[in-house]
Amino acid sequence: MIPRACVWPLGIALLLAALGALAQTESATRLDANGQLEDPTLQVRFERITKELRCLVCQNESIADSNVELASDLRRQVREMLVAGKSDDAIFKFMTDRYGEFVRFGPPLSAKTLLIWGAPFIALLLGVVIIYRVARNRSRMPLDE
Amino acid sequence: MAPELGIFALILAFILSLSQAFFGLTGAWRGKPVWMAVARPAVTGQFVFVVMSFSCLVYSFVNNDFSVLYVARNSNSQLPLFYKVAALWGAHEGSLLLWILILSIWSLAVAAFSRALPLTFSSRVLGVMGLISSGFMLFTLWTSSPFLRLIPAAADGADLNPVLQDFALAIHPPMLYTGYVGFSVAFAFACAAMLEGRLDQTWAKWTRPWTIFAWLFQTIGIALGSWWAYYELGWGGWWFWDPVENASFMPWLAGTALIHSLSVTEKRGIFKSWTLLLAIFAFSLSLVGTFLVRSGVLVSVHSFATDPTRGLYILAFLVLTIGGSLTLYAWRAPKLYAPGGFELFSREFFLLVNNVILAAVAALVLWGTLSPLVYELLGVGKISVGPPVFAVMFLVPMLPLMVFMAIGMHSVWRRGKLTGTAKSLWWLAGAAILLSLGIQGLVFGELHWLGLLGFSFGFWIIFSALLEPLRRLRQKQTLTAALMGMCIAHLGVGMFAIGASGVESYKIEKDVSLKPGGSFRIAGYDFKFLSAANVRGPNYDAVQAEVQVTRGGKPVTLLEPQKRHFWVQQTANSKAAISVNWARDLFVAMGDPLGDNAWSMRVQYKPLVRYIWLGAIVMALGGLIAATDRRYRVKVPAAAPGLVTPPDRHTELGSA
Amino acid sequence: MWKFLLPFAAFVALVVLFAFGLNPNRDIHALPSPLIGKPAPEFALMDVMDASKVVSNATLKGQVYVLNVWGTWCFACRQEHEALLEIARQHVVPIIGLDYMDEREKAKQWLTQLGNPYNAVAFDTDGRTAIDWGVYGAPETYLVDTKGRVIFKFITPMTADVWQHEFLPRIAAARRDGA
Repeated sequence: MIPRACVWPLGIALLLAALGALAQTESATRLDANGQLEDPTLQVRFERITKELRCLVCQNESIADSNVELASDLRRQVREMLVAGKSDDAIFKFMTDRYGEFVRFGPPLSAKTLLIWGAPFIALLLGVVIIYRVARNRSRMPLDE
Repeated sequence: MAPELGIFALILAFILSLSQAFFGLTGAWRGKPVWMAVARPAVTGQFVFVVMSFSCLVYSFVNNDFSVLYVARNSNSQLPLFYKVAALWGAHEGSLLLWILILSIWSLAVAAFSRALPLTFSSRVLGVMGLISSGFMLFTLWTSSPFLRLIPAAADGADLNPVLQDFALAIHPPMLYTGYVGFSVAFAFACAAMLEGRLDQTWAKWTRPWTIFAWLFQTIGIALGSWWAYYELGWGGWWFWDPVENASFMPWLAGTALIHSLSVTEKRGIFKSWTLLLAIFAFSLSLVGTFLVRSGVLVSVHSFATDPTRGLYILAFLVLTIGGSLTLYAWRAPKLYAPGGFELFSREFFLLVNNVILAAVAALVLWGTLSPLVYELLGVGKISVGPPVFAVMFLVPMLPLMVFMAIGMHSVWRRGKLTGTAKSLWWLAGAAILLSLGIQGLVFGELHWLGLLGFSFGFWIIFSALLEPLRRLRQKQTLTAALMGMCIAHLGVGMFAIGASGVESYKIEKDVSLKPGGSFRIAGYDFKFLSAANVRGPNYDAVQAEVQVTRGGKPVTLLEPQKRHFWVQQTANSKAAISVNWARDLFVAMGDPLGDNAWSMRVQYKPLVRYIWLGAIVMALGGLIAATDRRYRVKVPAAAPGLVTPPDRHTELGSA
Repeated sequence: MWKFLLPFAAFVALVVLFAFGLNPNRDIHALPSPLIGKPAPEFALMDVMDASKVVSNATLKGQVYVLNVWGTWCFACRQEHEALLEIARQHVVPIIGLDYMDEREKAKQWLTQLGNPYNAVAFDTDGRTAIDWGVYGAPETYLVDTKGRVIFKFITPMTADVWQHEFLPRIAAARRDGA
């Protein structure tokens, strides 16, 4: 089918094409000279995502800030998923599937965490009520002197 | 010998502070002047022995006495002398002794400056402070003595934690403790008033300067902690909403509200139960903070090594002090209600808003800190409450408060009509917004909602704070300490708002890997890693990098961050190099070596970050000035001690 | 007026909370594992003892087994090693080791010198398998049932006591369900 004379050049061409394709994917996962992801939008997302994930060894630090090995392993994981085209939500889900909700710094908004996310607004409402009532009572009293 | 002397001195101090408590309180209760007269000398005696005890511990550290367990755990013969002394408060037991020392200094100050107060009242104040001192001394002697021996003695010590081997260790805890402990004075004044059954404007006048002093030390202490975390921990953050940080912030919030509430009680004789409650809360939150740091109940980077028995003791102490004072409150406060009206937008109104908002923020921070524990107790699972939650809890009430602050400075007592200067607030608001937009657009090149709010409110508050002083200067009127204190303190708040919102909106933090000769650019600055070399320190080896910073080709500075390896604890610590100017910080910290002479480094551009701490210092300065107002100066009594205070508006038990 | 008792009541609630917090059986660092009840992640990794062999948990389908995560760098793992050897001698279930954040040669030497309690021990070269299992420290010990689901995770050093009270009952129950 393929003329004998063409095998070699064809083979080389295919090999080069394959190598070229390989080089493409490698450079997409490869970091630039300064260790930043080559795609700047991915780098921005990387920074934001790693700042929102808790390091489970030093539990009050993010994996962006922590220098323990688990943190760097997880950072590598985030980088790979970003380069593979995963969305932010997918990356967070990957982490919470394995480590639980605690790995994120803010609890998810759900019925049971309403008391947490909603607390400032409840407090504000209560505050307004208190201020209103006290101010109204006092405004009705004589100012004396 | 020294440690045994130290324990003995502490025991004597304990006995004296018990006497101070007993004679001060029962003497006042029974009306026995002879008993009451014991309190003041007991304070002096207690102070002398506490100093002695503290000096014994200092002596053990300075002389490398590793037969003392605490010294063996926290020091080392190669530790520089400066840190040997500071290491004293680097861990639980020693820091308690520092607390006790600071409490005895405050007690001495109260004893010295309270001669103008009626004897029964001052005896009660000293008595309550004696109870608190006794509690802490008993705790230390019973569960946390820094003087325990290690037999056989260690050949050398385990060294001070490298993270703590920094200048700020010398000043952050002492300043912060001075604040925490200082709130015990307002607490003691509050308890004395409740025991006596009356609380009047004179009481408020006495209490306020003590509260301001405690508050200003607390402000400086928190600012120092934030600054220290920023440059020492290597990643340039200045606040983490860590449980222990929150533990220092809550008393500060209560203390700020207290200072403002006291001014209403002083002027109009109203808001008495608010003021009382805030005085109890401020110190109670200090004690709760002590509990959280030392009991191991919450995860924190700041926690001391913990022990459930210690936690139990502190909890018992909390029950007695806070439970006791709140019982007194429930008993006495209902009778304190005083009539006194005020209109909408009067000064009282603005201070009411201030009280409510600050109390709300304190309550929210407490809820945020404790909610994981609550959810765990209820069996609902482990929830995560981190910085994003706290940011909302802080900003939602604080942003409205800033508006009220800017306007409230121009309110008057009783009436809802603002002063003439208030008219300027309209166009100044516009000017602040324009200035904010201008800076964001021209300097940073992008708008950010937090920056917009923070800069606008910050500038508006600064302008508003300057209005009245400038008007008085122009019209050659006097500037009182009270006015200047208020204006400067609020100006500090404005600076803080600009610094915090500026850095959070426009900071750039990058983790980069650099080979020698490689460079990286952020915010127009080029950071070029030149070389790295080994250096030796007094108790560590380090790799020091040379990073040249240029901007547009012109040299800016040379930064020399270090990665230190301490010999004794064998841990590494990254020492950041920071270039400071009036507009921004440039920050480089070394990470890990990547092989082939390459290093990972954290490079940061932090615009306006210094105004966070500068703002705090300005706030403290405002407090200091306000506390020196003439009406608070100690007057020498014209007659014998124990005299009755001049007739004043007050509410006796049983009257309307 | 009752509103003045509110602060006191709030304080009582706080004290109750703190008393609960002081319970010495609490582990403030403990995290419930989201893997409980879910299928155990599969792995096929290099054998620590023999680099040419592969260790995989796919071959253990239908059996109850224990996965123990450890490393030569982990001080607590050294502490639990004796207990693991003793447990291994009882031959109750296969114990698979997962060597984490380590160097294979070091790990091999360690086991050769101190004794090998594992039926097979896998080398997690890059930490990916550990991430899949939600590992955040060592030692961690997982129990997997006959259907390949993770049914228990224990995070501090294993002791004979823990084995007796926490693992054996669960192993027996899993076998009953699987039979």
